[in-house]
Amino acid sequence: MKANGHVFKYGDNVDTDVIIPARYLNTTDYMELASHCMEDIDKDFVKNVKKGDLIVATKNFGCGSSREHAPIAIKAAGVSCVIAETFARIFYRNSINIGLPIVECKEAANRIEAGDEVEVDFQTGVIVNITKNETYQGQPFPEFMQKIIKAEGLIPYINQKNS
Amino acid sequence: MGMTMTQKILAAHANLESVVAGQLIEANLDMVLGNDITSPVAIKEMEKMKLSGVFDKDKIALVPDHFAPNKDIKSAQNSKCMREFAYQNEITNYFEVGEMGIEHALLPEKGLTVAGDVIIGADSHTCTYGALGAFSTGVGSTDMAAGMATGKAWFKVPSAIKFNITGKLNPWVSGKDVILHIIGKIGVDGALYKSMEFMGDGIKNLTMDDRFTIANMAIEAGAKNGIFPVDEVAITYMQDHSTRSYVVYEADADAEYEREILIDLSTLRSTIAFPHLPENTKTIDEITEQFKIDQVVIGSCTNGRLDDLRIAAKVFEGHKVKKGLRCIVIPATQQIYLDAMKEGYIKTFIEAGAIVSTPTCGPCLGGHMGVLAEEEKCVSTTNRNFVGRMGHVTSEIYLASPAIAAASAITGTISSPEQL
Repeated sequence: MKANGHVFKYGDNVDTDVIIPARYLNTTDYMELASHCMEDIDKDFVKNVKKGDLIVATKNFGCGSSREHAPIAIKAAGVSCVIAETFARIFYRNSINIGLPIVECKEAANRIEAGDEVEVDFQTGVIVNITKNETYQGQPFPEFMQKIIKAEGLIPYINQKNS
Repeated sequence: MGMTMTQKILAAHANLESVVAGQLIEANLDMVLGNDITSPVAIKEMEKMKLSGVFDKDKIALVPDHFAPNKDIKSAQNSKCMREFAYQNEITNYFEVGEMGIEHALLPEKGLTVAGDVIIGADSHTCTYGALGAFSTGVGSTDMAAGMATGKAWFKVPSAIKFNITGKLNPWVSGKDVILHIIGKIGVDGALYKSMEFMGDGIKNLTMDDRFTIANMAIEAGAKNGIFPVDEVAITYMQDHSTRSYVVYEADADAEYEREILIDLSTLRSTIAFPHLPENTKTIDEITEQFKIDQVVIGSCTNGRLDDLRIAAKVFEGHKVKKGLRCIVIPATQQIYLDAMKEGYIKTFIEAGAIVSTPTCGPCLGGHMGVLAEEEKCVSTTNRNFVGRMGHVTSEIYLASPAIAAASAITGTISSPEQL
């Protein structure tokens, strides 16, 4: 399983209120949520994002509200992976649970710039910056989480266990 | 090696003798909570599961509090989805408008959360119940769905930061100032993935409502949970509100903490978080520049309890809300509303020129009942001052205690009751 695309870059403490503002939480429609993704910090994100692109940010990405609408909006917008130095813990769980791959890597978070082409291997955690010709070692998922990701989320994982 | 209070609760709920930080466990749940925003997503997920029904209809709480009473048609559809699910599955603890309150004030009041419990809620402020000595943490809708179906959730056992609390708070300083001071000190990711364990002989000087406020904002430091020891104050509260039996866990003497932070309550001053992060704190004495405030909100899962309304009413006594400023007071539950009426606080608010709303999370997340316009400034007793949180992206939120919020509503600038 690999992700490959161009990078949208953000800073520290990107909160779930800017990922998907609460004024749009009166819907559970994934595509409608995606159409407002990142709107309060980056008006051009939705216009420019292409299927497979990546989000890279520094510390505490996804802090704040527990709204699963945040990783849902990012995934439905076409983003294939989020790389950050650290993630807020609820966002981290939610991403795994809905099958949005996320990787913690300080070096990648700091070195990668907006527009870079990046490839991520989820099994090994290896991140290749094709634009800069650099490689970074991200944290691979613990085995337990790999199983959930392989099943493409917590619900299919539980279904598999019970079948 | 000894265990922290959090680790002991998790070990017991995973049927393990002991656990260590970093260990992945599956724990049995005592309560699974959702609201009108997060539950519809969870219900959609549950429909994909091969299991039918819920694990225990008494151990699920569904509360329409965020966009309820419904602010628009889409919100009404979401509430309808949750209501129908609650009826179909005969959920005991579904609280309709009229019975409902803000979830994190309501659940302890109804006696649904007690010491020793493991609680998950699809709302980040679920960490509030740590005030009673429970392990409780916010999760997303998929975890809520899995929790409702199986009664279990996976956790990574957290390491801990110990907060050694000593001394006694000064007049007009309350739980909100304690937690804002702490977040200002350690930052919004200062306790990332960790448990915040509050201890020390100063705890006895904190009211139950102070503790709920402090535990409530543990998430604002990135924590998995915040937890208080179970003392007489907590036991009295549980005896007054719950028929459930509670279990008292105490940290081992040799429990390991990553860090220990001393908080002397007697040294704390009223503390305000400036835009756009809860860590951007200043004490009231450090504020030099004054500017016009457009709105004040007193309420939310952080500060909508009776202590909070008592303090605000005391400040408003004999004063008026500044002309041109809107002051919105929101008792967190129907019971708090009634108690505040009996005590005369509601009369004080209305006579001062504030409005009093039915319980709702409304303005805290820019939903309804006080959304901010372009470049407006709001002093709020809520918990987040992120960009656009309460309305327009250029609006600004200043997080403060009920005492500061009420005084600011009177003067029209950020003020302390000492300055009135």
